[in-house]
Amino acid sequence: MTPIIEKKELSLGIKSLTLLSPLISKKSKPGQFVVLRVSEKGERIPLTIADADSKKGTIKIVFQEVGKTTKELGKLAIGDHILDLVGPLGTPSDINLFGRVIVVAGGVGIAEAYPIAKALKKQGNKVVTILGARNKDLLTMTGEMRHVSDDLFITTDDGSVGRKGLVTDQLKELLEKGMNVDRIITIGPAIMMKAVSDITKRFRISTVASLNPIMIDATGMCGACRVSIGGETKFACVDGPEFDAHKVDFDQLLSRLDMYKNSEKISDHKCRLVND
Amino acid sequence: MIRMSDESKKHIISKYVIKKQKVSTRPVAERIKDFQEVSLGLNKEQAILEANRCLQCPKPKCIVSCPIGIDIPKFIRCIANENFEDAINKIREKNGLADVTGRVCPQEKLCQAACVLANKDVPITIGALERFAADVSIDKEIKALKSNGKKVAVIGSGPAGLTAAVDLAILGYEVTIYEAFHESGGVLTYGIPAFRLPKEVIGKAMRYVKYLGVKIEKNVIIGKSLTLYDLFELGYDCIFIGSGAGSPKFLHILGENLNGVYSANEFLTRCNLMRAYKFPEHSTPVYVGKQVAVIGGGNVAMDSARTALRLGANDVRIVYRRSEKEMPARIEEVKNTKDEGVKFMTLANPLKILGNNQAHVTGLECIRMELGEPDTSGRRRPVEVKGSNFTINVDMVIVAIGQKPNPIISRTTPELKVDKEGYIIVDDRGRTSFEKVWAAGDIVPGPETVIEAMSGAKNAVKDIHLYMKRREEKELVLNPVLAWKF
Ligand SMILES: Cc1cc2nc3c(=O)[nH]c(=O)nc-3n(C[C@H](O)[C@H](O)[C@H](O)COP(=O)(O)OP(=O)(O)OC[C@H]3O[C@@H](n4cnc5c(N)ncnc54)[C@H](O)[C@@H]3O)c2cc1C
Ligand SMILES: Cc1cc2nc3c(=O)[nH]c(=O)nc-3n(C[C@H](O)[C@H](O)[C@H](O)COP(=O)(O)OP(=O)(O)OC[C@H]3O[C@@H](n4cnc5c(N)ncnc54)[C@H](O)[C@@H]3O)c2cc1C
Ligand code: FES
Repeated sequence: MTPIIEKKELSLGIKSLTLLSPLISKKSKPGQFVVLRVSEKGERIPLTIADADSKKGTIKIVFQEVGKTTKELGKLAIGDHILDLVGPLGTPSDINLFGRVIVVAGGVGIAEAYPIAKALKKQGNKVVTILGARNKDLLTMTGEMRHVSDDLFITTDDGSVGRKGLVTDQLKELLEKGMNVDRIITIGPAIMMKAVSDITKRFRISTVASLNPIMIDATGMCGACRVSIGGETKFACVDGPEFDAHKVDFDQLLSRLDMYKNSEKISDHKCRLVND
Repeated sequence: MIRMSDESKKHIISKYVIKKQKVSTRPVAERIKDFQEVSLGLNKEQAILEANRCLQCPKPKCIVSCPIGIDIPKFIRCIANENFEDAINKIREKNGLADVTGRVCPQEKLCQAACVLANKDVPITIGALERFAADVSIDKEIKALKSNGKKVAVIGSGPAGLTAAVDLAILGYEVTIYEAFHESGGVLTYGIPAFRLPKEVIGKAMRYVKYLGVKIEKNVIIGKSLTLYDLFELGYDCIFIGSGAGSPKFLHILGENLNGVYSANEFLTRCNLMRAYKFPEHSTPVYVGKQVAVIGGGNVAMDSARTALRLGANDVRIVYRRSEKEMPARIEEVKNTKDEGVKFMTLANPLKILGNNQAHVTGLECIRMELGEPDTSGRRRPVEVKGSNFTINVDMVIVAIGQKPNPIISRTTPELKVDKEGYIIVDDRGRTSFEKVWAAGDIVPGPETVIEAMSGAKNAVKDIHLYMKRREEKELVLNPVLAWKF
């Protein structure tokens, strides 16, 4: 049982929890994640470690309430406990001195990208950040991101803040203007990462995407998370979650993410009935 | 020749008069609708009768053929005499998981095959008697064991880890098991379905382990949350690895990542560990098709097929590239699987999985096989019959062609030598290449059953004890008051 010691509502439907877990905080590296279970009958879900403080023994998770489990998680308060928490999982990000790095993040992916951007900055890279969300209310952690970025751009679908449009519009503009870029990192909805990858492929810039397939154990024991990378099947939970974006079969990822659409609706519906 | 007294002749004749007791199973129509246990075991009267059939051979071959050397005639005699508590205690001298092994051991290839009555085709149903002894045993706390002051970390709570923990605890070690999952039991919990091994049975076995003072730390992945080096730093004197072979193998054929294609591990983990068969009461969903192909011929394939059937599949087919004779599954389970209506498509090898434009599986292309020369496993090698390709319509495929070790531990422990498939290399004492680290069970090359995992663990514990004592003897000069329990 892991105690919750801080809770914040970051934006509409996006919350953060700080958890006391000395074991995980000590080992955690940027790009890694945890798996948690909220209740005895609950699902195991993966969430990125958005920040870790090994001195205090804490980790932070940021999540968007999209279905049953994330909504249950959102109902927990300071002093409550997470039933099961395991980590850190996945292969850490490759943090090196690349030169100039663009971080393209969308939605709750912004929180997932934060520890990576922070580490890249600390390593001496020039960090350019492009953040996107549907609207102003869904944008998270812009302050923290600004803090670790040399340049920061914001786009929203409706133009309620920043540039009206998609992250890819901003990215394309920067690349077309001839910005010298050594590496691109993209984290967010699969469809966004696919679009980013398509653009950077044209510009031949090495790009890393952090994939988010459905996972169960997240330790390499089931293969639920399998993704095609350059025609080879990999387990995202242990071989990833980060992969060379240009080799990722995004269409397969997208269709696999949809596999339980109907069940998820049933599950979420039932949870609403119970909670109403 | 030994001359028999009239008394003992009569005794033996009377034993031959008793009929072999049949283990009953629940009727098919009823059992395929739920996840309750299929086998009903023996009732008390049957168990006593069956136990009375045992000839109590002076040189029992059953003991020798049991990988952990349970004193089978003695425990059977206790049952015959209705001393059930003594029966389980006799078994527990060797086996802390009688509840489990009584249900899942391939007895027909081990103890029961060696039984002299097997010549007459009526071997004692030793497994059912073992199960009976465990089931009627009282679930009670045991007096705490005296610690010898030494700490051992056990990685994994499957049959290997649990057995090592039980034996070490009895020898006086302070044992902590580290388990990656949120539930302990290993394959017993996430793999073998409840209709073969009910959750209460595992629960009872697990309580026995805890009564012995073993601590279980769940949700800790060794190699991620803690490394082997961290464990030594935490003060453990030695480490036992029983992490199993949990990584699913795939066929590497076209279409394997289509929706509706599962590894058996994923399908069974969703169903058993995550209780997807109780969705939506339990939140984890599972997809089940109407026409299901299960690829493989082992226990895992049988379990997957029967699980799919119980979750509403109309038509379930086992697709196996050899013939039924070569199937590695327990004979009893093959029979149960067939009785339940699962079809067997043998001598067929999958080539390609077909899908529709929604990336969902629609068919399986196979090729006919025939048996050629025996291979290294002694089984006849299946070879393709050229041009015999055919396609079956399916909307779900379960790949149950085996597992391999998960590399998480070896990747973070360079000292630990593994073979090219990732199995940890051990010597005949269970010692790995890393000093003070032992391993057994599915993680080392060879074993593939519960009882072999247990046997390997017992062997390793024997050596751990020897090693620790030897070390202690060297240190005795410094600390002469240390007393060992054994
Ligand atoms: C390595 C990894 C790291 C992640 N990190 C974060 C994070 O830091 N914050 C965060 O909010 N989310 C993160 N996710 C996604 C998160 O795990 C899912 O949102 C969560 O499992 C949904 O569970 P649910 O029961 O609330 O919703 P469900 O009822 O299961 O699903 C609701 C909706 O979410 C979609 N969904 C389900 N699973 C995923 C998934 N794995 N990825 C994307 N969409 C999914 C479904 O298609 C459905 O539309 C991460 C996923 C992975 C694989
Ligand atoms: C579906 C199925 C049916 C089977 N049926 C039978 C049968 O009828 N009869 C039979 O004899 N055998 C059967 N087997 C085989 C048998 O279950 C195995 O041989 C046996 O469980 C091996 O035991 P083990 O302890 O070595 O490994 P496992 O049972 O696999 O246990 C390993 C444990 O270690 C944990 N672990 C792994 N890595 C780590 C880590 N890094 N840190 C912490 N913990 C870790 C795992 O989560 C797991 O709990 C079956 C197997 C399956 C999958
Ligand atoms: S989630 Fe099970 S193998 Fe990756």
